[in-house]
Formats: sequence, structure tokens, C-alpha cells
Amino acid sequence: MKKITLPLLVALAASAAFGQQGADIVGRIVGGQKAAIAIPDFRGAGKAANFVATFNQTLFRDIEDAGVFKMAPKSMYPLAIPQRPEDFRKPLKYDPNNRTRAPWLQDWSEPPVSSDFLAFGYTAEQDNQMVLFGWLFNVKQPEVSSAQVIGKIYHGTLDEDGARKVAHEFATDILKQFGVESLAGSKIYFVSNRSGSKEIWVMDYDGSNQKQFTFYKNLITMPNVSPDGTRLAFTSFTGGAGPSIVIHSLETGRKIPFYNQRASMNATASFTPNGKQIIYSSSASGWAQLYMANADGSNLQRLTNTRSIEVEPKINPKTGNEILFVSGRGGAQQVYKMNIDGADVTRLTTGEGEASNPAWNPQGSHMAFAWTRGYSPGNWNLFIMDVATRDYVQLTQGAGRNENPSWAPDGRHIVISSNRGGSTQIWSMLADGTQLRQLTSAGVNEKPVWTK
Amino acid sequence: MNTKRASALALALTLSFFAAGCRKKVGVPPPPAAPAAVAPAAKAPVKKPMVTFFTVEPSTIERGQAAVLKWEVTGAQSVSINQGLGTVTAAGNRSVFPSSTTSYTLTATNEGGTSTETVTVNVTAPAAVAPPATPAPSDDFGAMVSKLIQDIYFDYDKSDVREDSRATLTKNADALKTIFGKFPNNTLTIEGHCDERGSAEYNLGLGDRRATATKEFLTQLGVSADRLRTISYGKERPSCTESSEGCWSKNRRSHFVAQ
Repeated sequence: MKKITLPLLVALAASAAFGQQGADIVGRIVGGQKAAIAIPDFRGAGKAANFVATFNQTLFRDIEDAGVFKMAPKSMYPLAIPQRPEDFRKPLKYDPNNRTRAPWLQDWSEPPVSSDFLAFGYTAEQDNQMVLFGWLFNVKQPEVSSAQVIGKIYHGTLDEDGARKVAHEFATDILKQFGVESLAGSKIYFVSNRSGSKEIWVMDYDGSNQKQFTFYKNLITMPNVSPDGTRLAFTSFTGGAGPSIVIHSLETGRKIPFYNQRASMNATASFTPNGKQIIYSSSASGWAQLYMANADGSNLQRLTNTRSIEVEPKINPKTGNEILFVSGRGGAQQVYKMNIDGADVTRLTTGEGEASNPAWNPQGSHMAFAWTRGYSPGNWNLFIMDVATRDYVQLTQGAGRNENPSWAPDGRHIVISSNRGGSTQIWSMLADGTQLRQLTSAGVNEKPVWTK
Repeated sequence: MNTKRASALALALTLSFFAAGCRKKVGVPPPPAAPAAVAPAAKAPVKKPMVTFFTVEPSTIERGQAAVLKWEVTGAQSVSINQGLGTVTAAGNRSVFPSSTTSYTLTATNEGGTSTETVTVNVTAPAAVAPPATPAPSDDFGAMVSKLIQDIYFDYDKSDVREDSRATLTKNADALKTIFGKFPNNTLTIEGHCDERGSAEYNLGLGDRRATATKEFLTQLGVSADRLRTISYGKERPSCTESSEGCWSKNRRSHFVAQ
């Protein structure tokens, strides 16, 4: 078993990122480098000025987090920042040192900025609404007339939420030009103890808008969301009868009936790709074993039959056939794979250390997981494995415990929990381990699930 | 709706049955002494009964020792003492063994009214350390469980009962048979716990396995299975939080909780 070299994985991620739509744009970039983009701070007119800082921060982060651009260094930006296309005036002869003339494209394309693209515009107040005028220019073009890639007006409420909304929408349109699915609008469900007991919380993908979702005042943990984003399953200790599975609608917030078989433990539920079935771990036989049932818990089928502990079954979201799961059948906990009928069981991890938390990427080709390989028990690091070849790459190196990876809908980002900063918090990163961002800070936060 | 009505009816029937039972018992004439005393004062305005005395000797005891209640009442049709002593004769004495400081109230009743008198027995902890295997007979279920039933500990990622835990569980089984004999309606919950190192998900299964293995061991020693419940907390409810073997070994446990 060989390790994947990091550049290979990044290249893999990059080739997935640049779809056909963006191929022509990407093709112009010399040597397969990332395109560079400059995003100077927008100005806000009238009351929109109060929220323009939030707007600027959100837009910059959305673009930077996407991981497909090189961000042109802000300190090198020219002093004259355009706010509208009309602000550009072509000089008779371009002189980079002339500081009195109007803005021009080459101010951005030539060193030291050396950008390929420029996002600019302004926000204003109109009929008590937030209005964003946003442009994306290809600054390598010789004329303003051919430079414009995007020129669009966006509307939102005149507050922080509205500022974030228009920023997300503009970022989404920019990323779409490069065939990249924006994460704006995606949510992360997670477990937090900040209300006094562990409950399910939800936030925007960038950590904003954190809200409590369940109010059981009990131990609620191990969430999973259906692929269509309409249902949430979790493990609940309400009722005092031991862990059991509870399902809520994410549309109404209400509890949906689910039949828990008679067992001291029913836990770690996840959904099949079509959402019609649920697979979970139950101790009905005396040992935690894997079962499949209809979405309401009926039509129960036993999938594994060992005298060992087996938890966390996850079905391949693309094929709906292969199940990844964690088992102690060979000794210490490792990640295994089997078919949906329980046949063809294979151990995926090497047997070294302990392995847990398998998570399929949306393409159903790779799994992210936590492993203590090379470290003493409890020191979890994040790994990604090509499930077909079993080649793997390690993304974290001994920086605390890094657990429970979950892939973003774009298949290029991962969210994890890590105690690298002292307490356990939620962090997001690009799937090559870069662009690490801490999303939570209040209380203990763990077990994130990234959904559409 | 129907079940509610049915259960209300059943409750009413049950209550009326007991009420009838009580009346019957009260209706039994008290011992001869009382009627003799009542007889002279039987006419016209009936006076309330009089409590001549109601004392306790000694008024302070060590837990496990006896105190003697003595009383004499005149003019009563019925005399009773609370704290489970029930109906008593108009004059008498009774030994009591309270496990904690307890007040006894004597109530004497006739048509003219009710007289009461209260005495208190102060109970102190025994001076010498009481042997743990002989609890005071009046301990409640929870007290007996916490006094006599000990946690057992497991090796890392293991759920089989260790050699040292076998001895503990054998003692626990003997004690449980006694306790369950005394408290036929109570059950015991066995909580399975793990240290912080394994994944939370796997540990939920491991804690479950530890609790189940503990239950199986106890039932093999003759403890009734339907008196034992199991629950796994995985690593969600540690008894300590340091990252050291000293703390980890304490968290890998089956813990017993009285219901």
C-alpha cells in the first residue's frame, strides 16, 4: 500500500474543480497555475455603509475558501480603486508610476498585483434595501469592452444578513464562471454543549449564524443528514432507556416516527442515497451490529453477524452499494468495507493503530477518516483514502485530536472537529489540508455534518 | 380517553376496597381497658381524650440501638402512633429502631375530638465503624446499593470481566440477592463507560458490551435478569477528565445505579 503524494491529490481535486464550463478560462492560465484574483474592499453608500465591512469579509472569504484562486496580495493594490466600469480610463500611454490618472486594467494585471481577474463594485441603499452592483473583469484584456465577465445587480435586506446574502450570491456567480460549486448556502450541523447539555446546532458553512436546533436538555449526539438535506438522524439519550435513534424533519423541525428495535443501544444512523432506508448499529444481539431498515424503522434486516463491536455504517452516496463501517472484529477498531447485502467484507485500513469515522466524498471514490496510525491510542489524525486502491494521505500531523470528517457538497472541502486549540472545536479545510479555519469557539463543539 | 376512564374506575374500586378494609379494622373494639375508662364519662358533652403521658427512653440513641416509647391515654376510642406503628392499646410500650432522627406522633380520638402528642428520637452515627456487610435493616434500596455494590473495571478496549472483577462481581451478586429479596420492586441499572481514547461511536458499542457482560456474569451467579437494566454512556460521562492512565482506568467501568 503506497501513500498518495500530496501534489497528486491536489491535482486530482483541481481537475474535479475545473469542470467543462470553466475549462476555457482555466486553459488560458499558463502552466496550470491557479488564476489570480484581486478583490479590493467595496464601498457602501448611505446606510449600506454600516454593513459593507461584513459584505467585504464574506465575499473575500467565499472566494478564498473555494481554493481555486490565488488571492492577489492586498497590500500591492493600486490606490485608485474603480467602483464602476466607467471609472476605467484608458491612458494614451500606460505609465505605472503616474498616480494622478484614472484607474486602468493594467494597474491590476501588471506586477506587483499581477492579477488575472478583478472583482469590484459598490453597495448602496435603495428603497430601504441593500443593493450590490458587482462586476468581474478579466484584467488581462486590452479593452474595458472585452474585459467584463460579470456585471450584475443583487438585492438584500439592509442589515448584516442582507450584506452576507448579496456577498454569497456574487461569490457564487464568480465561482460558477470557473465551474466551481459555491459553498454559500450550505449548512453544517454539529453537536454543541453550550446550552448546558449536548444538543444539535446548525451554522452557515463559514461559521456565521450559529443556532441551536434541538432542545431536549439531554444527551443528543452523532448527527447525520439525509442526502437531500430534508431529514436529520441522531442518537438520543432521552427517556433514560439508553441510546436510541431519533429523526427530525429539517423542513418543519418536527420529530418523524422511527421504530427503534428492542435493544439497549440503537445508534450511529445514516441514510441511503435515495433516503428511503437507514442503516445503523444495534446491540439487539448482545453486540453492537449493523442493521438496515426503512426510513420509519420497519422492515429490519441484519447486515453483520459477529461477536464484535460494529458502528458507523456509511453507504456510498454514488453507487448506493458499498458500506464503509468501523469494526473491532479483527482486534482494535478499523475501517472495513462490505456490500449492502453484507457480503465481500474487506478491511481498508492496515490494522495499525485504531481507525474510525469513515466519510465518503460526494463522488463516492474517496473516504476521509480518523486514524491513530503512528501515534498512541486517542491521538486521532485525519486521512483520506482512495477506496479502490487503498492509497492514503495524512492531512493532520499530531496537532491534537482530529476527528469526524464530513465532506462539503463541493467534494473539495472537509469539516472536522479538532482540539488543536485547547478545546474541541469545528474547523474547515480544503481537502489537501490547507486553508484551515476555526468555525466555532463557544463551549465544546464536535461531530460536524456538512450538508447542501 | 377510554383507558383513562377505565383506570380511574379501577382506582376508585381499589380505594373503596382499602377504605372498607380500614373501617373494618377500626371497627374492631379496642381492648377492654378503654371502654371501662370511657364508661363513666359517656354522657352528654364528650370530652376529648387525654394523653396522660407519651415518652421515649432514651431520647438519643446510636444508629442500630433501640429506644422505648411508653404511653397512656384515657377517654379514647382509638389510639394510634405514626411511623408505621399503627393502632395501639390505650396504655403500653414499644421498642423502635429508627435509622435516623425520627419524630413519633401519638393520636388519640373519640367523638369529642382528637388529642396528639409528639416525641423525637435523636439518632447519632455509631461511634465504631460499622462493618459494611451488615447494613442497618432499615436502609433503603439506594443506600444499600451504594453501600454494598462496587464498580468493576476493564482493560483498554476489552469487555471481558477481569480476574479481580470476578471477585467483586461475586460479592455484588450475593449482596444483590439479599437486597432484591428485601426490595422486590426495585431494579438496578448497570452503566457501561469507557475512557476517552477510542472513538465516541465505537465506545458507545464498547460501553454497551461492558454493561451486558457485567449483567451476564451476575445472572449466571443467580441474580434475576429482569431486575437488571443496562445502558451505555460510551465516553460521554467520564468520572474524571485527565489524560492519564490513572484516570482512564477509572473510566473503563461498569457502574451500578439504583432505580
